[in-house]
Amino acid sequence: MNILVILIPISLFLGIFGLGFFVWTMRTRQYDDPKGDAERILSDRWDDHPAP
Amino acid sequence: MSATDVESGGAVACPACIATPAARGQGQAGAGGEETILALPGVHCASCIITVEGALTALPGIGDARVNLTLRRVRIRHDGSRTPEDLIAAVKATGYEALPLDMVALSSTETERQSHDLLMRLGVAFFAMMNIMLLSVAVWSGATGATRDLFHMISGAIALPTVLFCGQPFFRSALAGLRAGRLGMDFPISLAIVLASSISVYETFHSGHHAYFDAAVMLTFFLLGGRYLDHRTRAAARSAAQELAALEVPRAIRLTDGAEETVAVSDLRAGDLVVIRPGARVPVDGVVTAGESELDRALLTGETLPVAVAPEAVVNAGVVNLTGSLTVRVTAAGRDTSLARMADLVAVAEEARNRYTSLADRAARLYSPLVHLMSFGAFGVWMWITGGDVRFAINISAAVLIITCPCALGLAVPAVVTAASGRLFRLGLLVKSGTALERLAEVDTVVFDKTGTLTMGAPQPLDLDRHGAGDLSVALALAAVSSHPLAQALAGAARASGIAAATVTDLREVPGHGIEGLLDGARVRLGRAEWVGAVPGDITATWLGIAGRPPVEFAFADSLRPGAEALVAGLKAQGMAVHLVSGDVPAAVADLAARIGISDWRAQVLPEGKAAFVADLSARGAKVLMVGDGLNDTAALAAAHVSVSPATALDAARVASDIVLMGQDIAPVAEALRVSRKAVRRIRENFGISFGYNVIAVPVALIGLATPLLAALAMSLSSITVTLNAMRLGGGRE
Repeated sequence: MNILVILIPISLFLGIFGLGFFVWTMRTRQYDDPKGDAERILSDRWDDHPAP
Repeated sequence: MSATDVESGGAVACPACIATPAARGQGQAGAGGEETILALPGVHCASCIITVEGALTALPGIGDARVNLTLRRVRIRHDGSRTPEDLIAAVKATGYEALPLDMVALSSTETERQSHDLLMRLGVAFFAMMNIMLLSVAVWSGATGATRDLFHMISGAIALPTVLFCGQPFFRSALAGLRAGRLGMDFPISLAIVLASSISVYETFHSGHHAYFDAAVMLTFFLLGGRYLDHRTRAAARSAAQELAALEVPRAIRLTDGAEETVAVSDLRAGDLVVIRPGARVPVDGVVTAGESELDRALLTGETLPVAVAPEAVVNAGVVNLTGSLTVRVTAAGRDTSLARMADLVAVAEEARNRYTSLADRAARLYSPLVHLMSFGAFGVWMWITGGDVRFAINISAAVLIITCPCALGLAVPAVVTAASGRLFRLGLLVKSGTALERLAEVDTVVFDKTGTLTMGAPQPLDLDRHGAGDLSVALALAAVSSHPLAQALAGAARASGIAAATVTDLREVPGHGIEGLLDGARVRLGRAEWVGAVPGDITATWLGIAGRPPVEFAFADSLRPGAEALVAGLKAQGMAVHLVSGDVPAAVADLAARIGISDWRAQVLPEGKAAFVADLSARGAKVLMVGDGLNDTAALAAAHVSVSPATALDAARVASDIVLMGQDIAPVAEALRVSRKAVRRIRENFGISFGYNVIAVPVALIGLATPLLAALAMSLSSITVTLNAMRLGGGRE
């Protein structure tokens, strides 16, 4: 059971990492227009020069 | 989520940074300028976004335009040089409908903040739940002794802060409920969460076998999910429906010592003189002191025919001035106008509707006492059986609370309402009120207003072919210079049939009467019957008088709103009783009723009469759906069981109605009725499903065989079944 000493911190770290990632997506307002973002990817407007 | 998606999402982060390169120069100049938000009911795809954004950013003075497809809105940042009308015109030129939204109201940022708050709690609960689940799997699969205790401790360390943070919405509302002296759905929820957490802490420190940390967090997660869905649907619909900018003019032109100044309507006092230009809406109640004109009172009374006014005539707020400039002495402004008084009528009528008990309320009323009774019953019985083993008895009663978890109940309604509202939103209907869907499902009688609801409120000339090309070309020449709706409709129709205007000189508009000019030296007139020298009939008409010849009549009829015929046919097919109630003259109402196949109609009904008609139907047991747009419908809209108004309706009417129709086409109302009935069926099914789970799981918990594993299974299975059942409703594109 010594493996737990490594596995538990890893699993906790991964969980906190995921949570942090989620908080980042919230902060950058990625849930405001899910449908629009899904459609925008089809546009070729920024293909040659990325959006500033 | 793909990398590209994340990048594009990242770019979304700061709307100010993504001004298009072309508009960037102006954008920076205009940064921090004004913001306008328009509703776009018609956008639905990537190319719509590009078209609208492209058209808007091409205008000078625009910093940035960003379409939000989820909410069907566009947010435009500009330097203040653009009026909403300019922007709407630019969008309309690309073929999309646009309506102004008033975003100044704080409420929108407030609901946005709340929804972010809920989403954050939901996310935290999700991650905590997943981690605790991993640890719990080890316990379920047979970890014992020190390992199990360690896992319980780690679970507790994750669960307790999570429950404290994520459970706040429930704790708060349970407390508020307690203070008000009622047990809502949130009290048993809070009790279950708190009891499960505390008993688990106790068990952990005493090396117990069962800890319910996973159940407590899972409960929080599923219930927050329901709460979030509920909040999102309502917030989206509410803000859009209520904040469609007021059609009432916020500004007026005041005459002070002969000088004109533009002031806010709220600054006007009785006795002030205001100038009302042709085409403007009258902002106050008053008496005309100078000028002659015609007024369009369609929104107030349902009359399609404009009414002539001269000095000493009384005008009401909300009517539209058509042909000539008027000076009006204010008799009542702001809250005292007839327009504002209408609100009182509405408030009284709405009182009755607010007492409606939704299915969820009824379920909660049944559920809360039952659960508490069972839980305490189990506690008492086990205390007696075990001879006073408090720890065991509390364990059982906590298990009962958790197993009967209102997860499925908490999700049963919001999931269905979200799916149904989404479906209706795609049809162009905004559901404003939480119980509107349920009320809509009960409807068996539909009452329509005529002008502006079944018709577009815009007249179309009848039988143009009957007239000679000579008459038409003279009429076109005269009509083309006027902004009167009849003249414009006549000119438009004449041009469409390929008529060229005759050469008429010395054209001049006589406010309140018509247009006159000289044709080869002879006087020609187009306008009111009396003025041209004819006898007025009872249908909407304008007359053409050419000197030395009998006057010619051009008859008009209001054009039907698209989908009106289909809607009436659809409602009849669904077995609804359909009525038409209008303030217009009998001939016009009878004609329309015959055209779309409504046999039961009433004409020249006053606003009070409409409300009384609806109240009378309701008293006889009918569940009435009122569809109307005018001020004269407002009281009836509020008195009806449920009401729909088009987005072009007056502010007061939209506020009084439960559902707002965003598009021009009225046909989706029939589909809305079908969807609502399906939604209510799904809600009942969902209650049945969660009840079924409880019937199986509760006896197990009562006899003391419940384990955390069983609780987790029952909870997630019932929640997922309920959500899937709700999602069947959203299926199928429009």
